[in-house]
Formats: sequence, structure tokens, C-alpha cells
Amino acid sequence: MAGIRAAVFALCALPAVLLIVGLLQGTLGANPVERLLNGTGSWGLRFLIATLAMTPLRWATGARWVVRLRRQIGLWAFFYAAAHFSVFAVFEHGLGLAAIVSDIAQRPFILVGASALLLLLPLALTSTQGWIRRLGRNWKRLHWLIYPAAILGVVHFFWLIKADRWTEPLIYAGILAVLLGWRVVKRLG
Amino acid sequence: APLGDLPTSGFSTGEEKNTLEQITTYNNFYEFGTDKEDPMRLAPERLAHRPWTLTVSGEAEKTGEFAFDDFMKGLTLEERIYRLRCVEAWSMVIPWAGVPLAEVIRRANPNSRAKYVKFYTKHDPEVFPAQRARGMSFLASIDWPYTEGLRMDEAMNPLTLLATGLYGREMPSQNGAPIRLVVPWKYGFKSIKSVVRIHFQETEPECTWNQLAPREYGFYANVNPDVDHPRWSQARERRIGELFKQDTLMFNGYGEEVADLYAGMDLRKNF
Repeated sequence: MAGIRAAVFALCALPAVLLIVGLLQGTLGANPVERLLNGTGSWGLRFLIATLAMTPLRWATGARWVVRLRRQIGLWAFFYAAAHFSVFAVFEHGLGLAAIVSDIAQRPFILVGASALLLLLPLALTSTQGWIRRLGRNWKRLHWLIYPAAILGVVHFFWLIKADRWTEPLIYAGILAVLLGWRVVKRLG
Repeated sequence: APLGDLPTSGFSTGEEKNTLEQITTYNNFYEFGTDKEDPMRLAPERLAHRPWTLTVSGEAEKTGEFAFDDFMKGLTLEERIYRLRCVEAWSMVIPWAGVPLAEVIRRANPNSRAKYVKFYTKHDPEVFPAQRARGMSFLASIDWPYTEGLRMDEAMNPLTLLATGLYGREMPSQNGAPIRLVVPWKYGFKSIKSVVRIHFQETEPECTWNQLAPREYGFYANVNPDVDHPRWSQARERRIGELFKQDTLMFNGYGEEVADLYAGMDLRKNF
């Protein structure tokens, strides 16, 4: 299990390492900030969806150990989402707090993305064994927030598309619909 | 091929130019795909610069079809170093080579009904892969060919350029070879690439982005830091090569030359 955990860690860290190396070597193209912004955002969403895939994966395969990777992947999702917001705050607004707040307030698609990150924050903070014990049954209730967070994340992505670039968000929406639908069917059945 | 020594224009900016690499590797040319690197990857091998036919049509005396080299005969290229501001809030400084559109229009001798000029990009699915792909009907997708338009006085403004090169060489494919429009006070999407038709007409032309999302892209599309795109701010822009943003200027800094064109107009409504 430790080996698998380490492999998953390396795999999840890879996109961030590649972005940082690309930035330092100047191979991120003419607009590296855009690459950082889109890269961190996409990977945050991908890992969020991967987190939600763990439980259905256990149902499908019967392998219990996949669920034990869920926390780590969920934390990586939060890491990339937080990095995405940081790139936005630093490079779009030079860390100007008033500008950040007004941009979020004025633009629904940014508000939706920021809300998703905000929903993930308490989940990341309470992901330790200690908090799981302390919160008891409420831990599960609290962590239900990952569902609205994932939906908001996909909406955020859809909303920023200019035209004719629907393929990627459509794929995420499709996978998310399957993962959530599966749970609904399971509960009803 | 090099274009020879070009006279520089008084309209040129003294700002630091973007590099040829930046200008040719970061392009919006959706006919080749929506990624910024698609055009540089696909355009050079797919878009042949000759033969190229330009059609002049509509409300003008000297209409017809012209081979590109005949079309350019008698026109003197000059270098114009212009700012280019994309609607996506990035910008570049580009040394174009071109001729004032006004000269081409005068030569065509439009009649009194010619109130607008409409431009068409080449339509050839063999050349442009995206023109082959069909969008999903319930989602917005572009109706090819790409078209753009200007009011006659905008088209006649001395800043408006028909460009056939940059950095003293023939236009790179990904930048809209062999001939494209450059309207430096408007968002980049107005500066239509790889033009095959110039059409004079009485009514306001249908333009691709305006048709696709009229709430987001107006017919005028003048650079205006005070009128935001519905989804993002237009107050600032990232000059390609810089990490942080700088303030966007009204009419992209060309107010002295063009503000009169819009006297009395509500630029919030006519965005």
C-alpha cells in the first residue's frame, strides 16, 4: 500500500512539477501565466473528479484499497485549486485585495469557481484522522460538500469557454454525471 | 521572402516590439483550431500563399477578381508598428508591413450606397481543418467563413491597414497570409485574416463573433477599458512577455486619430 501511495503522490505532483520546470526553462509559450492558470485549474478539476471516482471504483472492482487513496487525491485537488486561485490573485491582480474581491463579485464565473474552492477548504482542513474522529458522523455530512464543489468546478469551466472549445468541459460534465448518477441509482436501488 | 526596405510610418509606436517568435507562436486563428499553438503548427504547411485571388464586389465601380500580385501592383508597402489588443485581455506590439486600406478603397471607387465594407476569410475545408468539423448544434459554434466589417469612415481612416507582412518579411501563414486587415484601435478579432473578398454594401455587415455572441462582441468592438466583456474586465491587459498586467488605453491609445469617428455615440450601447 505504501508503494501505491508513493506512486500516486508522484503522479499527482507531476503536473505541478512540469509547470514549474516549464516556467523556469521558459517553455510555457508566449503567455506562461495563461498556461499556469489553465493548467492548475484543469488539474484541480481532474483530481476532484478522480476523488469522486474512487468509491464507484471500489463498487466496480471490489478492491477496498482504492478508497484509501481518496484522501490523498482529494488533497491534491485542493492543492491545484488553491494554486489556480493563487495564480489568479498574483498575476491577474498583483495581490490587490480590492481588485480581487470586486472581480469575484462582478463576474459570476469567477464567483462560481471561488465558491468551489471555498467549499473545498473545510474538507482539506478536516481531512486528518484527528478531525475524522472528532467530527464523527458529522464528518461524512461535511464532506458531502465535495459534490456541489465538483459541480461548481465544471460550471466554472463551461462558463469561461469562448466558442467551439466545448469538448473538454463536456467530457468532465459527462464523467461527473456518471459518477453522481451511479450514487443516486445505488441509493435508490 | 524579405520585402526590402520599407518606409516607416509616423503612426508607428516607439514601444518595445514583441519578438517574431512571440508574434508567430501565439495566435488566434480558429480555422486551424482553438489552441494558441494550433495555427503555428498547422498553418505553414496547409495555407498556400499563391495562387491567391481577391474579389472586390458590391457597391463600387471597379469590382472583379484579382490575382494577389496584380491586386498589390502600384501600392507601396510601409512599416507600421502598432499595438494589438486582443479581446481576451492580452496585447502585443507588432511591426506590420502593409498599405492603407483607404488606397485600395479609393481605387475600387465605391458609389454613394457603399456605407460599409465587409471582409471574408478564405473558405476551404481542405486548408482549414476547423471548417470541416461540425459543432454540436446545441452549443454555439462558428458559421464559416469568418467575416468582419467596418463602417466606411472607419475603413477610410489612415490607421486602417491591409497588411501583407511583418518584421519586414511576407506575412507568416499563422498571422493571416497573404493579406489581412489590421485595425489597431479595435479588438483583434476585427482584424480579419487571410482575406479573399472585400465587399461594399449599404447595411451593417454580419460579423462572425457578433453573430455568435452579440452580448459579448459588438459590431464596433473598439478597445475600451470602461466597458467590460460580460465575463471579464477590459480595464487591464497583459502585454505578451510580461508577467503582470498594465492599464488598457481608450481606443488602444489611438484616440487622437479615431475618437472623432464616434462623436455623440454611446459607446456602452455601441460596444
